[in-house]
This record gives sequence, structure tokens and C-alpha cells, in this order.
Amino acid sequence: MTAVAHDVPHGLEHATSTGLDSRKLAIWTFIGSECMFFASLISNYLVHKGRSLVGPFPHEPWTSPSGEHFKPILEIPLVTLGTALLLFSSLFVVLALSGAQRGSRKALVGWLAATIACGIFFVGMQVYEFTHFVREGLKLSTNLFGASFYTLTGFHGTHVTIGVIWLITLWILALRGKIPPSKSLNLEMAALYWHFVDVVWIIIFPVVYLIK
Amino acid sequence: MDAHASTADHTDHSHPTAGVYAKVGLILFVLTALEVGLYEITYGEHAGAFSVDIRPFFVPMLLLLSAAKFALVAMFYMHLKQDSKLFTGVFVFPLTIAAVIIFGLMILMAYHMSYARSG
Repeated sequence: MTAVAHDVPHGLEHATSTGLDSRKLAIWTFIGSECMFFASLISNYLVHKGRSLVGPFPHEPWTSPSGEHFKPILEIPLVTLGTALLLFSSLFVVLALSGAQRGSRKALVGWLAATIACGIFFVGMQVYEFTHFVREGLKLSTNLFGASFYTLTGFHGTHVTIGVIWLITLWILALRGKIPPSKSLNLEMAALYWHFVDVVWIIIFPVVYLIK
Repeated sequence: MDAHASTADHTDHSHPTAGVYAKVGLILFVLTALEVGLYEITYGEHAGAFSVDIRPFFVPMLLLLSAAKFALVAMFYMHLKQDSKLFTGVFVFPLTIAAVIIFGLMILMAYHMSYARSG
């Protein structure tokens, strides 16, 4: 059995009725369920888009009845940088996976560290954005935009944070030499989750930040 | 043993090389730059730089660019192009339901609002 386990790729250790590793099928099923979860949040944002009665608004300035002036609240340049880094992090994690599958510990550790750095930057960007918005007067209960925006991007940010924690644990294991090529599936599962978080942002970014 | 050999046959799909990953990364970066550039020339500081009004095409073009980025990540980075078709099915089926939920709710709300406005 041990000999067979060494023969099969990606650390597959058990024969399955589908011929596929159950863990990989499980992560894909989970990602499928997450698609519907985020679809409900994106739908919620879209059906409430442009229906806020009071500001601050995402793209338009607003003056309150008391004469207080609010600028358009979204900061596109900063979020574009975060988006670019999240896209690059997807590249870095596949390079880390490639390193793990080749048995290159240096590539695995290095690219994984770069992925984690991009993820931490993205989370930091979102924390800055949220605190900035609250200071500007946009809270969860301010208007429909605030409620749907914080719910959608907040859940996405939580997913990114979970991904960063997952990748940090794998990075520590990689530093200790505990991710040999036969166990690269452990990283592949985290990478699939990370890519999913990335593709969700690919949808959220234009829907929330670019489409008026 | 045969069962194990069969298992290996089903999963042994070679993943793309680092060069392919880098090329896809570059394309993703360019597509993101195009999205932001499109926003800039439509609604940003450079709005009106072109004599043609591109606002009617803004959302469809943005959705097209996003779909292209989504497909590239799913096919190359998530290895759906090389891996078993079962994974593609497990991903695409709920994705289709998700798309139907989004468009269905939008149509329903648009109808509801127009009905409410008409009294």
C-alpha cells in the first residue's frame, strides 16, 4: 500500500470510486457552495444599488439637509492596487505549488511568502478603507449602500483573512520541510481556495467600484 | 493494484509551466489595467476624451473583461483545463445557479420597482 501511495501523484493515498482524490473533490464542492453564497451577497448589493435615500454615496457627492458636504466615498486607485496585488498573489501561489511539486523548498517558501505578503496588504487595504469610510460618515446602518457594501466586501475580506492564516500555517510547515512533493496536495487545496477568493474579487471589483 | 493504477491515470494531468503562469499573470494585469482605463475614459478625470460616447458599452465591456479574467484564473491557475472534468462540473453547475440567482433577483427587483412606481 505504501509503495502504491508513492506511485500515485499529488499525495493520493486511497483508491476512490471516482479515481479522484476525495480531499480535492471536497474543496471543489466547498468552492461550488461558496459560489452560491457570494451570488446571494452580490445580488443583495445589486438590487439595492442606487436606492440609498441618504449619503454618503459611492460615486456621487452629497450634501446633507444640515448642509454637511460629502465627497464620493470610493477610492479607486487604492483598491486597484489591492486588486492587482491579489491577482499577482494568485500567480505567486501557483509558482509556490509548482515549487512544492518539483521538490524545490526554496521556491515553495519564497513564493508562498510573497503570496502571504500580498494577502496581508489586501486585508490591510480593506481595514484602512473601512475605517476611512466610517470616519467619512458611512456606517453599516447609514444607508442601503453602507449595509450591502460592508456585508459583501466584509465577507470577502474575512475569506481573504482565513486564506492568509491557512497559507501562513503551510508556510511554517514548508520552512520545517514538512511539505514534500508527495504532500503538495495540502498546498494545492489552499491554492484552490485562494484562487476562488481572487475570482470572487474579480467580480466584486467592477460591480462595486467601477460600475456606476 | 489495478484500481490504484486506474486512479493514477485519472489524476496524473501535468500542470502548466512557470512560463505559462507568468504569461497568464501578465494578461490578467493588462485586463485589470484595461478595466480601470475604461472607467477613467468613461467616468473619470479623462471622461469625454473621445468624441464617441462609450457609456452605453461600458458595463458590457467591463463584464466581458471580468469574465475573461475569471476564465483565465479558473482554467490555468485552478487547473480546470488539465484536471478531471468532474471538478469542472462541480464548479460550473453551482456557478450557473449563482448566475441565475443574480440575474433572476435583478429582473425581479426591477419589475417590482417599476410595478410600485406605476402605482
